[in-house]
Amino acid sequence: MAQRGVLRPGFVQIKVLDMDAAIAHYRDHMGLDLVGIEADGRAYFKAYDEFDRHSVVLREADAPGIDVMAFKVYCDEDLDVFAKRLNDIDVKTKAIDANEQPSVGRRVRFETPTGHVFDLYAEMALSDNGPMIKNPDVWRAEPRAMRIQRFDHCALIGIDIAAAAKIFTDALDFSITERAIIPDNGEPVAIFLTCSNKAHDIAFLGNPEHDGKLHHVSFNLEDWKDIGHAADLISRYNISLDIGPTRHGITRGQTIYFFDPSGNRNETFAGGYSFYPDTPIREWTVDQMGKAIFYYEKEVHGRFVEVFT
Amino acid sequence: MNSKFKITLLGETEVTFEMGKGIAVLISMQNNSHNLIKVGCRGGGCGVCKVHVVRGEYHCRKMSRAHISEAEESQGYALACCLYPDSDLEISTQLDSAP
Repeated sequence: MAQRGVLRPGFVQIKVLDMDAAIAHYRDHMGLDLVGIEADGRAYFKAYDEFDRHSVVLREADAPGIDVMAFKVYCDEDLDVFAKRLNDIDVKTKAIDANEQPSVGRRVRFETPTGHVFDLYAEMALSDNGPMIKNPDVWRAEPRAMRIQRFDHCALIGIDIAAAAKIFTDALDFSITERAIIPDNGEPVAIFLTCSNKAHDIAFLGNPEHDGKLHHVSFNLEDWKDIGHAADLISRYNISLDIGPTRHGITRGQTIYFFDPSGNRNETFAGGYSFYPDTPIREWTVDQMGKAIFYYEKEVHGRFVEVFT
Repeated sequence: MNSKFKITLLGETEVTFEMGKGIAVLISMQNNSHNLIKVGCRGGGCGVCKVHVVRGEYHCRKMSRAHISEAEESQGYALACCLYPDSDLEISTQLDSAP
């Protein structure tokens, strides 16, 4: 795919209740590298297989959840192109100055009707600890803890998820890869979208009354064996487990869900099919949601629906 | 010296169990195979384990202000995953006000 425009999920800024506990979780148990803690208290992390300076930002707050999810675009002029396309469909944009986060260029911010904040940016400094590129070894130093390769996607909860998804397809050239619908009226209850050839780069999950919520932040692992290793770490270190290891019908990804010390749901994820722009949209009906979400259990437990930040 | 506290959960049924210091009431409830309080994130973030302590001394770690306001905290409301006993406790698991 000659991919230009929106490239990939670049970073997520998450709110945490207790920064020390959060750093211990994301650095020591998930195995992300702590890039630095800035004067305003925000902590920056990256995974071992990411080239850019950071992909996860933690901010201490009085309630957990998500501040912003940001996508990296191919070049600076894309920012103006996408800002205009957003404005043309009546989505307001706001300029965020370069270096609001260290080593990140200017950002174009917009909000979806589901109350989620998104940024687009084109520039971030390369990490001095990124993957090797000359006669490269598989890693610079052996991956630690859960051996996370990269920040992969977010799943976000809101009321009018169709309107949120439409912004991504119409202004930002995302494709819907998969969705779950109520057959009687065609209303979507979950929509999965990609800007690349992954099974999803972002998901919106419908909720009758809550907007702006975070369902989970997901991280890519190499394979099913590493998900088992993550499960061992979750048990050994009393990390709060949600469910897994298991597999999704939607995306076909292999997964384990757990919570950070502030209650934000994390996922470590491997596999999933490849998507191309000519791939037909896969569709599930709500009577099959058990299998769609948890392919082995064939049922969705209450916590997965009711618990979010 | 008795470092065990008796926890009484009041709800549709009433259950009691003993627990030590340094562990949250919700986790101890799970360890004792009870399920009167709903278990969510276990991190003070999601609010599904909200309870009302009606008797006893306790302390809490930081809880989401989206689910426990300052006023509620001063009135004995807490998230059971963040609730640590300093004496025997009686805890109502059926809240009058919606969380």
